[in-house]
Amino acid sequence: MNIVIRKKSAFSGQKLPENKFTAHKLIESMPLPEKVIIPLQQNIGAPGQSLVKRGDKVRTGQKIADSKSYVSAPIHSPVSGVVSKNTKIVNPATSSLVEAVVITADNEDEWVSFEQLSDIKNVGEFPKIVKIVDSLSSAEMIKKIREAGVVGLGGATFPTHVKLSPPPDKKIDTLILNGCECEPYITSDHRVLLEYGEKVLAGLYIISRIISPENVYIAIEDNKKDAIDYLNRLILQMNLESNFKIVSLKSRYPMGAEKTLIKTILGREVPIGGLPLDVGTIVNNVATAKAVYEAVVEGRPLIDRVVTVTGAVRNPKNLLVRLGAAIDSLISYCGGIDGSANELIIGGPMMGISTTNINFPVIKGTNCILVKEGRKTVEQNCIKCGRCVQACPMKLMPLMFVRYVKNEVYEGCREYYIDDCIECGACAYVCPSNIPIVGYIKTGKDALSKK
Amino acid sequence: MENNKNNFLKTENRFLISFAPHIQKGFSVSKIMYIVVIALLFPAGAAVYFFGYYAIMVIVVSVVVSVLTEFLIKKLRKRKFVMDGSAVVTGLLFALILPPTIPLWMVVIGSIFSIAIAKEAFGGLGYNIFNPALAGRAFLSACFSSKMTTWVMPTYFSFDAVTSATPLSENFSWQADKLSLYKSLLFGNTGGSLGETSALFILIGAIILLAFRLIDWRIPVTYIATVALGSFILGKDVLLQILAGGLMLGAFFMATDYVTSPVTKRGRIIFGIGAGILTIIIRNFGAMPEGVCFSILLMNAFTPLMDKYIKLKPYGFLKEKKN
Repeated sequence: MNIVIRKKSAFSGQKLPENKFTAHKLIESMPLPEKVIIPLQQNIGAPGQSLVKRGDKVRTGQKIADSKSYVSAPIHSPVSGVVSKNTKIVNPATSSLVEAVVITADNEDEWVSFEQLSDIKNVGEFPKIVKIVDSLSSAEMIKKIREAGVVGLGGATFPTHVKLSPPPDKKIDTLILNGCECEPYITSDHRVLLEYGEKVLAGLYIISRIISPENVYIAIEDNKKDAIDYLNRLILQMNLESNFKIVSLKSRYPMGAEKTLIKTILGREVPIGGLPLDVGTIVNNVATAKAVYEAVVEGRPLIDRVVTVTGAVRNPKNLLVRLGAAIDSLISYCGGIDGSANELIIGGPMMGISTTNINFPVIKGTNCILVKEGRKTVEQNCIKCGRCVQACPMKLMPLMFVRYVKNEVYEGCREYYIDDCIECGACAYVCPSNIPIVGYIKTGKDALSKK
Repeated sequence: MENNKNNFLKTENRFLISFAPHIQKGFSVSKIMYIVVIALLFPAGAAVYFFGYYAIMVIVVSVVVSVLTEFLIKKLRKRKFVMDGSAVVTGLLFALILPPTIPLWMVVIGSIFSIAIAKEAFGGLGYNIFNPALAGRAFLSACFSSKMTTWVMPTYFSFDAVTSATPLSENFSWQADKLSLYKSLLFGNTGGSLGETSALFILIGAIILLAFRLIDWRIPVTYIATVALGSFILGKDVLLQILAGGLMLGAFFMATDYVTSPVTKRGRIIFGIGAGILTIIIRNFGAMPEGVCFSILLMNAFTPLMDKYIKLKPYGFLKEKKN
């Protein structure tokens, strides 16, 4: 039986060169890191406060940072060892200093004890999981998700327990599992679907139990046919076909952006400045669903994730990495940088952040490390060709932001709805004048937020 | 992020920092310009076929002077000269809208005006308000009006020019039947500016522009449709009004200039209709037989306004209003 719904794109997205070299490479577990650096800001919202001090012995999975603020998630030690220092490092995403804990690992990987309710070894065990999940209340599950430090692993790192607790006046009728992975090169979600499909579906089952939506869609781009077929099979084996529908989407960037995804599947538009729950929708990434399952059923905190290491490295791979491992160690594990590549990108080529710090650690939101030859383009004048306007999935006029930011008339950006920009980079991708439009937009947003 | 600086910062170690996105489509300004040049080679070829060696001279002088002027002005303004092809396009277009008997020294003056005044004085490519080639022609019309309105029948490669009126002028008369008139207009065997006479070759160039998605169909289609409708209402020969004069070249190659036309689809439709109405008015009620040049220039002047006030409704906008 086929439960796949095919959807045409609702917006004129970009067809990008996919370069998904690692799509067929099995996830490999990286050896334990000798030293980990744990930045204490790993989610949108409040940063964590360190709970450990220099010389403390910590075990794997032990909580080392937390915050009293609602929009926050605790952080756990990914290794067992000794805290060597509390320090500060530069976060390349914001160029600001963040607190960090450095732990020297003892290679024992001694875990804290946690309450494991069950574990899926094969699909046949799923009814057992259902029974366990059905016996738990939503509040209990949300508490477990928070305590495990689960945040949105697609890159936005919004604390999942907050997302799953919508205000009572917001009726949520649709849950979307986002497996689009529309950025070129990245294959971590694709591999998670293929290798942890049961866990992802179990996680989705838990989320759907918490928010009880009418419809649950699993959104996957049609360049991942194997994942679509595999999930289709799993859903039938797990007898979930009455609950879950798979939606096959055209591979158009940025399909995986929440707002375009909701528009494409449901035809709804999230209001400017609003959230998906304003249109009755919650979107979760596939890796997040897996983490939710691990948190609720296995009781396991979020201490590792799958990262695609690709581009100009000798052996591109998908790696299961403990958080806190340095980017350098991942690249070395993949055979080192190939040739003269001189740009190091955390994330994908469209929205990733380039960094000079090869020792920056993998954090919860890191889905890809891309090494590539830096572009040597020269910015030219805007010729007003309008390609950015046509490319923008939010139907904005990006050239206007460039014009106003260049003249430092930041208020002008508001008239053209700068806050609606999702910084997907489609405008700068098509710009014939090589204008770093997203850079100007970020500058404009920063300037406006300081006022 | 100053102009003409590299888009990345070199740091102490081997890694570069640049803004996302880190990949690009690679469809550059110069690529766009050279595709336009290729498209323009069709009307240019027709110009040479109908008006002979002198057409080659006019085209070469115009292009060379345009590029040289741009180079010199960039040096004077202490800006980096980039051979992006935009000066070649301007030079080529300018040559194609000149009368076949134009003296070469006038071509030189006009090209210099196009680039130095209409383009560079406003800040160079992307900042000019008026289409440089049309501004150059308007300048020559103002200075040397008799030379700018002397038309000849196609001379092919002979040197015996026969003066004639353009098909749009009141003095124009056609002895043979209507069908042969339309054929001449379509193929280009008629009086007019160098590159304007052959609607057929202009259309071939236009198909190239449309095939590479370089131009939006909205401007030429609304422009030509408005002229057709207006001519019909005024009881003029609709086909003659469309095929004769500079309408085809203007609609596809001039009115679609990115810099001097609106950036939104709605703005482009208004631009096309506005230029069409102005063309009708000038052709039928003005002193000049042809109005394409000035109607596009006038709409150029409205473009900044249209870009400011015609905004798109972004994603999520309607919902916000309802709440």
